[in-house]
Amino acid sequence: MPKPYTPKVVTANHLLAGDVIYQTRDGWSRQLADAEVLTDEAHADLRLIEAAQQTGEVVGAYLADVDTSRGAPAPAHFREAFRAKGPSNYAHGKQTELN
Amino acid sequence: MYTYTDFDAAFVAERNRQFRAQVERRIDGSLTEDEFKPLRLMNGLYLQLHAYMLRVAIPYGTLSSRQMDQLAYLAEKWDKGYGHFTTRQNIQYNWPELRDVPDMLDALGEVQMHAIQTSGNTIRNVTADHFAGAAADEVADPRPVAELVRQWSTDHPEFQSMPRKFKVAVTGAENDRAVIRAHDIGLRIVERDGVIGYEVLVGGGLGRTPMIGKVIHDFLPEEDLLPYLESVVSVWNQIGRRDNKYKARIKITVHEVGLDEIRRLVEERFALVKPLFTGVDQDHFASIKAQFEAPDFVQKSVGPFNQAYNDDPVFRAWADTNLTAHRAEGYSIVSISLKAHGATPGDATAEQMRVMADLARQYGHDELRISHEQNVILPHVHRADLPAIHAKLKEHGLATANINLISDIIACPGMDYCALATARSIPIAQEIATRFDDLKLEHDIGELKIKISGCINACGHHHVGHIGILGLDRAGVENYQITLGGDHTQTAAIGERAGPGFSAEAIVPAIERLVEAYLEHRTEKSETFLQTYRRTGMAPFKAALYPESKAVAAE
Repeated sequence: MPKPYTPKVVTANHLLAGDVIYQTRDGWSRQLADAEVLTDEAHADLRLIEAAQQTGEVVGAYLADVDTSRGAPAPAHFREAFRAKGPSNYAHGKQTELN
Repeated sequence: MYTYTDFDAAFVAERNRQFRAQVERRIDGSLTEDEFKPLRLMNGLYLQLHAYMLRVAIPYGTLSSRQMDQLAYLAEKWDKGYGHFTTRQNIQYNWPELRDVPDMLDALGEVQMHAIQTSGNTIRNVTADHFAGAAADEVADPRPVAELVRQWSTDHPEFQSMPRKFKVAVTGAENDRAVIRAHDIGLRIVERDGVIGYEVLVGGGLGRTPMIGKVIHDFLPEEDLLPYLESVVSVWNQIGRRDNKYKARIKITVHEVGLDEIRRLVEERFALVKPLFTGVDQDHFASIKAQFEAPDFVQKSVGPFNQAYNDDPVFRAWADTNLTAHRAEGYSIVSISLKAHGATPGDATAEQMRVMADLARQYGHDELRISHEQNVILPHVHRADLPAIHAKLKEHGLATANINLISDIIACPGMDYCALATARSIPIAQEIATRFDDLKLEHDIGELKIKISGCINACGHHHVGHIGILGLDRAGVENYQITLGGDHTQTAAIGERAGPGFSAEAIVPAIERLVEAYLEHRTEKSETFLQTYRRTGMAPFKAALYPESKAVAAE
């Protein structure tokens, strides 16, 4: 049996602000919860190519694993958790900007 | 201090103009990211985890008050009100937006600063002893040498696309405070029979393959410095490995080719290069030296210092810990700790920067330094002024009396900011500092250098920490490896790995057990952690770190 595909999202940094963004069905969001969850490998690869083509808006797009066991996509790795939240030494970045 | 010539100012302005146009072309879509990335890196602009990061060069760690004020202005206007001083004596801004960076560079240009060659495969910002020009143990001030090397290496056409980055550090004293043995080239000014020359070390470095630099020339004549450096870099630029970036640094070339063969190649190259240097560099060097003349030291009573030292135990503790002997009578070197317990090592707010700039202006001959240990130095302060300085520092959270102690920790930005990191560094530093402050033990422990890197690239110098901590990603969890016995000074040594790593929760208790083992095994209070380690070896520390395995061995 083929290995099950770990769900993914396309993430990148915004060209002008430099902050973390996630691809949604029709654009980009600064919240991981809004991201389009990709469960099919071929579709994920296609969405990544589409993202990478938007060079006027995004930088460094890649596929990141997410945990969907509680519904909304959540970071599967601590690096992605920091990207989604911001640094741990100051209340800067996403953790305050999104509230 | 060195002041820009019209040429320097025009060069920086032109580079800033070019970069502004490059940013505009990136934003309007004329440049792709692949095209833009090398251009932004040449100007110190990285894209990190949460934002862009601008790394500004502070050549050999020397700043005037006006420059420090301008760094504060940048922090307030284009960042979140603070800056991060690094282990290469630079400052990093963690939150700029792309459109603002050209304005930031122009603002830096106003005070003769820039971000050129703070990244990329070039000769990076030249670092030096942060006590340069002030230390009592100095043969000569290393800053004119560093400035000469900076000018020679800036935009050097042969060295803009090398196998990898190249770092040079200079010291003028036997006591190495500039970590010259962990640089691609380390220079030490030496004096023989009244003549000044250079001991040249090559092939030192940290990162994934740590190496201690080796002496390639034990007494290079002063006038041969630039042609010799050019020969070393040129030889490596030709034969250094470009097939594998992990093997590209000169330390690997020296290791693979052998020091004697490198020396032969350098001498061969030197014979060709030397005649091209007509002596104009030496004339220029003389004019640079003239700009680094010592300030007019004043003579006055040290009575206010003695009185405060006797009457105020807080001042006394600070004076005992944060002052270093100055070469001028009545003067001291002040180290301002950017390591308040629980704070981020190396961070200063805009307000703190302005306070330090004001203190340097009022009491410190207008000079500040950044140390590779991420602190700020007032190099020339009369002891009579120290009580007033201490009082002002205290008001602004800058009077922590912990220089060289366990809470004076070097920590790289780690995964809180850096895109390369594999684990966090800052929270580990914060927790260690807070823990030992609670225990009220750090003055009893004495000199102990903890250095923390959040990845194998070793920006946090963990290999040369008495206790080194390396943060890694082990199967998706932060894991911290400990090395012991590292030394960044003239007796440089690479630390030895103690054993399996610890989780983020277990690392601070592990450090505490190490320190307990030291306190138990030291022969007397004056025996430092490093001395005890060198005497006893790893065994007692390993037993303290891994009590379970000791129990198993005893069964």
